[in-house]
Amino acid sequence: MTGLEAVILTIITASTPLLLAAIGELVVERSGVLNLGVEGMMVVGAVCGFATAYTTGSPYLGVLAGVLAGMGMALLFGFLTQSLATNQVASGLALTLLGLGLSGVIGESFTGLPGVKLQPLDIPVLSDIPFLGPILFGQDVLVYTSFALVFAVSYTMSRTRTGLVIRAVGDNHHSAHALGYNVIAVRYGCILFGGACAGLAGAYLSLAYTPQWVENMTSGRGWIALALVVFATWIARRVLIGAYLFGAVWIMGLYAQALGIGIPSQVLSSFPYLITILVLVLISRNRTLTKINTPACIGQTFVPDR
Amino acid sequence: MSDFLLEAVHITKKFGDFAANDDVTLRLRPGEIHALLGENGAGKSTLVKMMYGALQPTEGELHWRGKPVRIANPAAARSLGIGMVFQHFSLFEALSVTENIALALPGKAGMQELSARIAAVSREYGLPLEPGALVADLSVGQRQRIEIVRCLLQEPALLIMDEPTAVLTPQEADQLFVTLRRLASEGCAILYISHRLEEVKTLCHEATILRRGKVVATVDPRRETAASLARHMVGVDVAVVSTRAGAVAGEPILTLDHVSLPADGPFGTALRDVSLRIGAGEIVAIAGVAGNGQSELFDAVSGERVDGLTGSITLAGQVCAGRGIKARRALGAAFVPEERLGHGAVPDFPLSQNVILTRFAVDDGMVRRGLVNLGLAGDVAGRVAGAFDVRTSSNDPEARSLSGGNLQKFVIGRELDRKPRLLVVNQPTWGVDAGAAAVIRQALIDLAEGGSAVLVISQDLDEIFAIADRIAVISRGELSEAKPTATLDREAIGLLMAGAHETASHDKAAS
Repeated sequence: MTGLEAVILTIITASTPLLLAAIGELVVERSGVLNLGVEGMMVVGAVCGFATAYTTGSPYLGVLAGVLAGMGMALLFGFLTQSLATNQVASGLALTLLGLGLSGVIGESFTGLPGVKLQPLDIPVLSDIPFLGPILFGQDVLVYTSFALVFAVSYTMSRTRTGLVIRAVGDNHHSAHALGYNVIAVRYGCILFGGACAGLAGAYLSLAYTPQWVENMTSGRGWIALALVVFATWIARRVLIGAYLFGAVWIMGLYAQALGIGIPSQVLSSFPYLITILVLVLISRNRTLTKINTPACIGQTFVPDR
Repeated sequence: MSDFLLEAVHITKKFGDFAANDDVTLRLRPGEIHALLGENGAGKSTLVKMMYGALQPTEGELHWRGKPVRIANPAAARSLGIGMVFQHFSLFEALSVTENIALALPGKAGMQELSARIAAVSREYGLPLEPGALVADLSVGQRQRIEIVRCLLQEPALLIMDEPTAVLTPQEADQLFVTLRRLASEGCAILYISHRLEEVKTLCHEATILRRGKVVATVDPRRETAASLARHMVGVDVAVVSTRAGAVAGEPILTLDHVSLPADGPFGTALRDVSLRIGAGEIVAIAGVAGNGQSELFDAVSGERVDGLTGSITLAGQVCAGRGIKARRALGAAFVPEERLGHGAVPDFPLSQNVILTRFAVDDGMVRRGLVNLGLAGDVAGRVAGAFDVRTSSNDPEARSLSGGNLQKFVIGRELDRKPRLLVVNQPTWGVDAGAAAVIRQALIDLAEGGSAVLVISQDLDEIFAIADRIAVISRGELSEAKPTATLDREAIGLLMAGAHETASHDKAAS
């Protein structure tokens, strides 16, 4: 394995959880809902994924458990913000705090245990191609899923009626209601999708990234995913760019540290944030485009007048 | 078999104890243009929302083509053949015309096929529309066309229109009437809600008049006068605003000299080289279709936006282009923005605290050593409510609990109570019923009579002709020269609203 190959492989593993969580949150925000509980859904997905895989021995059941756990957390958020019309910001923050606490309780007896690793798909012949083989054909199923999700979300949002309805609900929920769309049902669907993606991202961390459970193991990735969605101006392919840029700069920083470059580590670890923000701000300079893609109703509570 | 298309039979709709509709019966025939008249709060919107499935009646029945129906939701109404054009459009700014229309249609027609149908129908009915355009980039008149075309594509048997001409230029309104008459001749019934009685007289075959939720008359509007219709609506004769005999302007109070201001966000309109002079004792009105720079002009004059402004603004002899709203208030100016709930008043604050918000810096004693004098604020709120007949349900209620007309009377009264030398008011009677509108217009006239300058930005030409001494027209951020009201008629204003004066200045800029 060459050095460059190793670098690229680590970048992919560092970027995938961000991408998974961000693409789910993008759909949620497009429908006009701001769910700040990504971190909480993610960490519960991580612990449930790990526990299930450890207990059953199957990493795929673990992934499924992570998805379901994320959706369960999202359902709670949906019930609070959609059915009870609570404030989305407060509910999202509460969801993160709940998730961090809950995952600690669930994971207490699993701390330090050897995990079950999600194995890469070893495609015969293709993955044996030097250099490109391991990078393109030797990843685990969640990496391919993350790319498939970006494509699927991008296509759904721009080309399908489902995407049109989601964008409409996020742009003006009163109009959507007046036309007879069930705003709350659409938002529930998007919130659950976002929860599934966050759970998947959490499961990736505890089953593929580092196959073990450590308390608080998401370490702020949910917040980074949230920021990526905003800086990517709610466009799926920009989320892809942002997530990989962040992952790349982060990993390079680690390598630079290992090589003993004379930059303080604190400065190096701030680079991913600074560079990602800078690049995404630069590519989204077109204010009109940004305004069009910004869900106008984001964060606003909707109560149908009946 | 009944020959009625839709009948509302003994409909009652209660919100708590309040009956918004009380035993209302209304019958519509195919091919009939039927007016629904009434003051704000008379129950017109409630009634049509039940016909469109957005609300359910508490008692009574709807009959469609002779049979009782329950219209559970707007989708059910549309599948029966009922289309509705809302006063507040139900459009999505960030989506294209085609996408907006697709959202209202059942099934999944291809976007390209739909665009072609939109182009065809809009051409056929004289409602030109660009299917790929973004709604945010369109004028209010164009937006309304989207709503109408959206209904037409469903080949409706009944079209409900809620105050369609409130936002149109006279020419656009005439074009709309041609389309509506053609639809009626094809057998479509039209239920037409409007405050403009002249319009109802020329367009409609029958009129049902509501007052406080009850039907008070069903008449043939062609045989009524505007005054008799108004009497039915209000129940008493409406006070006529005393007209003015071309006041002579005194010393200049407000002077704008070559003022330009960038657009307020991507959907705003930049002000371009605006000059205007208003003298003491004079009412100058600015007509124009919404979204042509009115809010930017208001922001420039009030000082809400000073960054990026070029040109000079002089208020009572003092240059104040770079000074904020507080400094301008201190010079004797007062401002009433267009949006009363949220901009003119804080919804969750009681009226007394809303008084403080515009007067803390200019009234003696309102704030002393950083402490607010709540007692004085309460006194002022009470004085304003008394002077302007603001009807409140409790002592010092929250702003949001007031009806639109009452809150507007309060917001304007709060400023007039200061006896300002300059009053700038944006859309003074928008969405306000006839009685409150008359009170407000009279107050503006009285203020000018007392020697103050008044700048009124309005879309309502009737209002402008009733109160203004001079009229200027704003179109795409450019302001025409203000001319005496007597030298202008509606046609001339309409042409200016559509942008007729711009060509000249564009040619100038090009050369």
